[in-house]
Amino acid sequence: MNIVETRVLGKRYGSTWALRECSLEIPAGHVAALVGPNGAGKTTLLNLVVGLSAPSAGGLAVLGGHAPGSPAALDEVAFVAQDTPLYKNLSVSDMLHVTRSLNRRFDQGYAEARLDELGIPAKRRSGKLSGGQQAQLALTLALARRPSLLVMDEPMAMLDPIARHDFMASVLTAAADDGVSVLLSSHVLAELERVADYLILLSQGRVQVAGEVDALLAGHRLLTGPSAQADSYSERPVVHVRRAQAQAHLLVRASADDPIPPGWESHPVGMEELALAYLREPRASALPGSVGRDAEPVTVAR
Amino acid sequence: MTALTALPGAAAMNRDGVVPPLPWRRMTWVTWRQHRVALSGVAAFLGLVAVYVWLTGLQLHHAYDAALACRPASSLTCGESSSNFKGIGQILANGFLLQAVPALIGAFIGAPLLSRELETGTFRFAWTQGFGRWRWTLAKLVMLALAVSVAAGAISMLFSWYYQPYFAAANQALNLAQSPSLTPGLFDLRGITFAAWTLAAFAIGGLAGMVIRRVVPSIVATLAVYAGLAAGTGGLLRQHYLAPVVTRSLNIPGTAWVLSAQWFDRHGRPVNQFLLGQVLQHGDPQLAGKGGVPKSFSTWQYLLHHGYTQLTTYQPASRFWPFQWIEGGWLLALSVALIAATVLLVRRRAI
Repeated sequence: MNIVETRVLGKRYGSTWALRECSLEIPAGHVAALVGPNGAGKTTLLNLVVGLSAPSAGGLAVLGGHAPGSPAALDEVAFVAQDTPLYKNLSVSDMLHVTRSLNRRFDQGYAEARLDELGIPAKRRSGKLSGGQQAQLALTLALARRPSLLVMDEPMAMLDPIARHDFMASVLTAAADDGVSVLLSSHVLAELERVADYLILLSQGRVQVAGEVDALLAGHRLLTGPSAQADSYSERPVVHVRRAQAQAHLLVRASADDPIPPGWESHPVGMEELALAYLREPRASALPGSVGRDAEPVTVAR
Repeated sequence: MTALTALPGAAAMNRDGVVPPLPWRRMTWVTWRQHRVALSGVAAFLGLVAVYVWLTGLQLHHAYDAALACRPASSLTCGESSSNFKGIGQILANGFLLQAVPALIGAFIGAPLLSRELETGTFRFAWTQGFGRWRWTLAKLVMLALAVSVAAGAISMLFSWYYQPYFAAANQALNLAQSPSLTPGLFDLRGITFAAWTLAAFAIGGLAGMVIRRVVPSIVATLAVYAGLAAGTGGLLRQHYLAPVVTRSLNIPGTAWVLSAQWFDRHGRPVNQFLLGQVLQHGDPQLAGKGGVPKSFSTWQYLLHHGYTQLTTYQPASRFWPFQWIEGGWLLALSVALIAATVLLVRRRAI
């Protein structure tokens, strides 16, 4: 089952396309990172996934064919929005009560235990909590709904490094223990390196890279060799060339087994390196073959 | 990690594969908890207004009873007690102060309802919960609309009691001013229209909040739209609810809401006040009052005798309740339409 499936999805605000021709299939069971520079369309895509906004073109479905925002989708998709909006004048326990009232499932015991563990007092107004505590409260409210899919928009933007670490640890625990699929956006690549096992790279409203992190990393190598020979390399497709004086660094689509030209060295790449290389080459893309070609409109359950 | 094979919530679906919606009552606590401060504020405000109106009303009714009981009516003492009656509650006498109550409820309960969620971003939380965005909106709008309408209806019963002496039939005999029951300013404080205006103000606020999406501008817009609608209704629309009575008779009941009075000459041409004054000056200078307006019954008799006729259009006091139902009816229809429009905008997902 795909947690998110989009077909030539587009969203236009006025005359500007915030997202266009986006075709994706994100399989279940991953922590999927939606990465891209500011203004790439990350928030737009997530708003479409959780049903906050409606597409201008194309279509999308969540959790195997449900229309975003439909009752079935709302039951199963929990959303932690950017800046983790909470009712600031409501106490932590009132926020729990509100969320419990508005959802079919709510694990009150889990929520209370988690907040207790985090040392977040139930009586305190949510507006008086620290940024990290607010993010943890929002995450707790989302997880206590026992969703199949947890969507988070820049959940760590406001957090300090320690709070970030704790937050991501909570997300990973939920993903591992409860089998929650996670889709989160971030423009900070480094913080996703240890966390995400599925990568979607969004740039200028288009999907540039999509796939499992392991497969992506296995399919790319960084070749280092003399600058003079950089342009003559043609054994494998080159994504990006970076020159530094005498040496050139080539990000190529190749595996560790592919032959290396004499005088060159081959290194494995990291996720951040890979993402940066693609972001610098907006025309390059790495997408699964099944997506984006001869696409039929997604059938959306009504 | 285990791959998901089916929705864990599938058990909640019925045989048609449709998820039954969450019961509406889930929203009662949520609505109360989120709006209890504003609702308490309105309750306190209405309470203060009610206490003031009640205390003034006790004085007013007491003075009125004293003026009624005074004998002989033409005595100096009775003159004093009737002017005593007229002197009480003058700030409430034309009703305009109390007209602000629905506007304030619309501005401070209706307008922030959605604009605060949109301004602070909490709609991203509220509208992604299982209850669903349009049902969340409808539940809140309906519950709060009911609350403010009931409160307004209750306090308008107090207003009805307060203004009773102004409309009492005994006034004319006492030579106290008797107000027409359809008088603008007082008409919509009584009966069902006060609650209806409060409901409409709330609904205007709700829609303004959704359209404008910012708290303060939507409050200002609500006040402006409400004031325009109320003024337009009182000044232009209300007199047309039923075709007014047109009469040549000069014996218009004191309870009538007179819309216009126009003199015509023997050829059926309208005569303005200036010409009328000239006629009277020409006939008998003693008859013309200030500005050439006929000032007494003998003047009227003089004009009638010389072939002039006055056509008066008015709405009789007996139409109070028909007018109440008409105004209450269209305000209710308007409010339902505004609430429906708000819910549709929320549902359309135009974010």
